[in-house]
Amino acid sequence: MSAPAFSGVAAIAGIGQTELSRHAGRSELQLACESITAALADAGLAPADVDGLVSYTVDPVEETELVRSVGFEEIAFSCRVPYGGGGSMGVLLHAASAVAAGAARVVVCYRAIRARSGATRFGGAKTAPSPTSGHSGTTAMQWCMPYGALTPASWMALNSTRFMHEFGVTSADIGRAVVQLRAYAATNPNAWGYERPITLDDHQESRWIAEPCIHLLDCCQETDGSVALVVTSAERAADLPATPVRIAAASGAALFEQEIATDHYRPDLSVMEGSVALGRRLFDGFGIARDDVDAAMIYDAFSPILLMQLEGLGFCDFGAAKDFVADGNLALAGALPCNTNGGLIGEGYIHGLNLVGEATRQLRGTAVNQVPDARTVLVSASRTGAILSRD
Amino acid sequence: MTPDAIRPAPIVTEDSAAFWDAADEGRLVAQRCAKCGRLRHPPRPMCPECRSLDVEMVTLSGRGTVYSYAILHHPRHPAFEYPVLAALVDLEEGIRLVSNLVGVARAEIRIGMPVEVEFAATDGGHRVPVFRPAESSL
Repeated sequence: MSAPAFSGVAAIAGIGQTELSRHAGRSELQLACESITAALADAGLAPADVDGLVSYTVDPVEETELVRSVGFEEIAFSCRVPYGGGGSMGVLLHAASAVAAGAARVVVCYRAIRARSGATRFGGAKTAPSPTSGHSGTTAMQWCMPYGALTPASWMALNSTRFMHEFGVTSADIGRAVVQLRAYAATNPNAWGYERPITLDDHQESRWIAEPCIHLLDCCQETDGSVALVVTSAERAADLPATPVRIAAASGAALFEQEIATDHYRPDLSVMEGSVALGRRLFDGFGIARDDVDAAMIYDAFSPILLMQLEGLGFCDFGAAKDFVADGNLALAGALPCNTNGGLIGEGYIHGLNLVGEATRQLRGTAVNQVPDARTVLVSASRTGAILSRD
Repeated sequence: MTPDAIRPAPIVTEDSAAFWDAADEGRLVAQRCAKCGRLRHPPRPMCPECRSLDVEMVTLSGRGTVYSYAILHHPRHPAFEYPVLAALVDLEEGIRLVSNLVGVARAEIRIGMPVEVEFAATDGGHRVPVFRPAESSL
């Protein structure tokens, strides 16, 4: 089986990120304008060069308003990826496909969010005005809401408890991953957790959000901010100022009866089967070995799903993530340095897209917590993912 | 529940109305394909097995086991009493529901424990299925 035709054809040529805060004090539209112009400056390109836009279905920034504000001249290609944060890495698949197919030459991917100061706090309790949550992949609002399961943490806790039960995982086993994420964040000046490392005791003593699997410190931050990426052909990127980061592989894997946060209907919830399928597509489908991955950025909205993805993606056996973590493998000296910016838990939550920024910095050699000579980095959000590489 | 804690009414769609209407009458039902007989939940208009649009609603036994659970502490919504005991219940007919556990102490909740259905009132005069420990297990 040969790799899909777009493999390695497109590259990330620019990244931009606003400050991450709990109160941006300006609109999502403005945040998007700021991160996009920063990404274009990083890429050495102008708004007039852009002919493609990709975002998430749940992003509040309208393409028309963005075009009018940034001054894009003519957009040839635009699309949005469903499945909320689980779909976050899908922006790379869409952008790379468009570039490889010739549908667009320069694609801007963006996400702008006010998860803390906006009308809806990410972790806030919601009784939905509609039976679904609007293209986020959380289609079962009407089935959870009358039961007080009103937050992403509550929905994912139901799966996490089963995972812990099946494999004998304790909250402390999960907490060791959080301690590592916070150690990374502590040295990242852009992180919410900058200069604030935690101990395992801090983790264990933080209040319960959803017992027996999610303490407060297992949760990502509710963050205001925006991240943007500029994707163009690897050939063109080679002539631009930043070190090109090739999109070597990208895929989605959305399974029968699967949802995102409310993923309660597959028979076995102790295994993240979407990650299993994603790992097969990315590694087997593109002919890339897991051993070649120098670092991984894995969607950590809540820490249990980090361990579940490590297993699903095949970095360790099922049930072995707790030992993989305890053995220090997520650290810079470990087998798989992971979420080196502190992740969504330690740096902040721009719905996963800040993990792509960190993967890009690793491959450029400009990360705060740099993996020496990183050449291959995985980004994964359970049902969408990509493998990025440097020549 | 505290007097002002009244759970929100389910939001009903064309595809789910038969489930919630039956619940209002104290019956736990599921869709069954009228052609191939496959049970399914959550409800949907087409059988994913044979693509038939013909469907019948069947009444279930209301007996099942706890597949997983979570004891929800934060954030707090005024419609609920905390902690909320949320659970995934595998019914003996082979489908799974998100629900609440009632009549059980937190410390007694176990994965695999047998449960049976009862119905809890919601805002707007509706009822939704919840689960208590099965009589035979006490």
